Amino acid sequence: MFAYDFMINAFAASAVVAVLSALVGYFLVLRGQSFAGHALSHVGFTGATGAILIGVAPLWGLLAATVCAGLGMALLGERLSGRDVAIGMVLAVSLGLGLLFLHFFTAYATQATALLFGNVLGVDRRILVTLAVLSLACIVALLLMGRPLLFASLQPELAEARGVDLRLVSVAFLVLVAVATAECAQIVGVLLVFTLMVGPAASAQLVTRSPAAGLPLGVLLALCEACLGVAGSWWTDWPVSFWISALSGLVYLSALAVAALGRPQKLA
Amino acid sequence: MTAAAFALEGPASLSLGGRDVLHEVAFEAPAGRFIGLLGANGAGKTTLMRSLLGLVPPRTGRVSVFGAPARRGNRLIGYLPQSRGLPPPSLSGRALVAAALEGQHWGLPRLGAASRAGSRREVERVLALVDATNLADRPLGQLSGGERQRLLLAQALLGSPRLLLLDEPLVSLDPSRAVQVVSLVRRLQRVLGISVLFSAHEINPLLGALDEVLVLAKGQARIGPVDTIMTGPVLSELYGSPIEVVRVGGRLVVVADPPAEMAGPLRTVLNGTDLIDPGLNGMDLAQRARRTA
Repeated sequence: MFAYDFMINAFAASAVVAVLSALVGYFLVLRGQSFAGHALSHVGFTGATGAILIGVAPLWGLLAATVCAGLGMALLGERLSGRDVAIGMVLAVSLGLGLLFLHFFTAYATQATALLFGNVLGVDRRILVTLAVLSLACIVALLLMGRPLLFASLQPELAEARGVDLRLVSVAFLVLVAVATAECAQIVGVLLVFTLMVGPAASAQLVTRSPAAGLPLGVLLALCEACLGVAGSWWTDWPVSFWISALSGLVYLSALAVAALGRPQKLA
Repeated sequence: MTAAAFALEGPASLSLGGRDVLHEVAFEAPAGRFIGLLGANGAGKTTLMRSLLGLVPPRTGRVSVFGAPARRGNRLIGYLPQSRGLPPPSLSGRALVAAALEGQHWGLPRLGAASRAGSRREVERVLALVDATNLADRPLGQLSGGERQRLLLAQALLGSPRLLLLDEPLVSLDPSRAVQVVSLVRRLQRVLGISVLFSAHEINPLLGALDEVLVLAKGQARIGPVDTIMTGPVLSELYGSPIEVVRVGGRLVVVADPPAEMAGPLRTVLNGTDLIDPGLNGMDLAQRARRTA
């Protein structure tokens, strides 16, 4: 399966995105903002379809929409919490708008499926380079803000008293989430962003006691899930996103079982 | 130890949401003491702590800590916030404490062996101070409230602060655990020679340990040794209604038997300290409180 360029690109793209998603996802789960990733991806759908409509690559539309929405969420901050209905409505309207954009752009019926459920086999060299550069930039940013982000996520009041700017942390982090969401949507589609971003990170958190153990484990799980997903698709001809989501669910279930069995392993 | 640990001067007013929680108060808290901070909910205990931390600038006057204006990120202060959210239950206490160490610094974490060893030493030092070395590897979800409180206390001791601000550490602890936490704080305060401001809505668990008490009520504040502050005349003046304080078997009982127009103060005292009228049983008291409210 490594004889084909598109397979090599698919593996590379999955790996690049998996690493970033797992790292960002770890903090997302820690902060109890898992649904922010999900919400951002819905808004991303509108951006992507809008980009197609005006003849731009969908990735840029995705990025623009998720980053704007991420900034909005971060700036509204507290006022947004507990507004489930309002957030749900914004998401529904975004998806509906995306559908309308697709309707105007009737040339490709497959475009919708690709956006909703991902199309990693269609990643070309240029998109791969873009994904890699974005991932690298985000990982560097995450390293730079790692300590205040962890501190503020675990104990916001204490962090604030020690001089951490909570709003700055929140805004910077949601921008990273937005970029990671856009990348993730490229692989597994906007509807399945959860599988790569939240699944591995949440599983890792269940069975580890510290970020020093949880972050690497999350990355490892995400890498395995993503690459096995691509390989599974090659062997069975079933969609990559199906395999990734199935593996992600399976790993999460196993992590739940391990955590429930008491403390059979101490990874920290 | 004659200098003040903290002071409100000017006189200072602290406001929250447009309302003065403390109105034109001036006092000094002596350094090296264990000070109990008492007051009803909403009397300004948390606001006072947040102003010492530089998070709530005074509306008028000045707030100073060890002679310098209060500012954010003051390393002389250790803080135990009244915890609302629970950190992830699978995380270990050691990881929680380690995240607080240097948690305010941006930039790449220092990965050199020397600084990592230094960090580990500091984490182990504060864990040992609160007898939590053995707790620190267990996931937070498996600890009792008292054990978790000890880890949070360890966190407040990172960087050897000279003033500890402990916001309601006894909330949701049963009485025996509460006594343990108080005696631990008392021991730390003496051994480390630091100042402690310990807020609580009930004075009795703190009675034997306190050097001073700072009472907040009706926007005003009184500070002094327990015996001079927890008296009928002082509290009556502060609350603006007749109050008596009786010692019963080592406990302080604040007695208020107010007529209807004392409804406000009654409720304040009810929330503030023990309120027992020897002539009433609990049911009568509750009924009277409801009627007058």
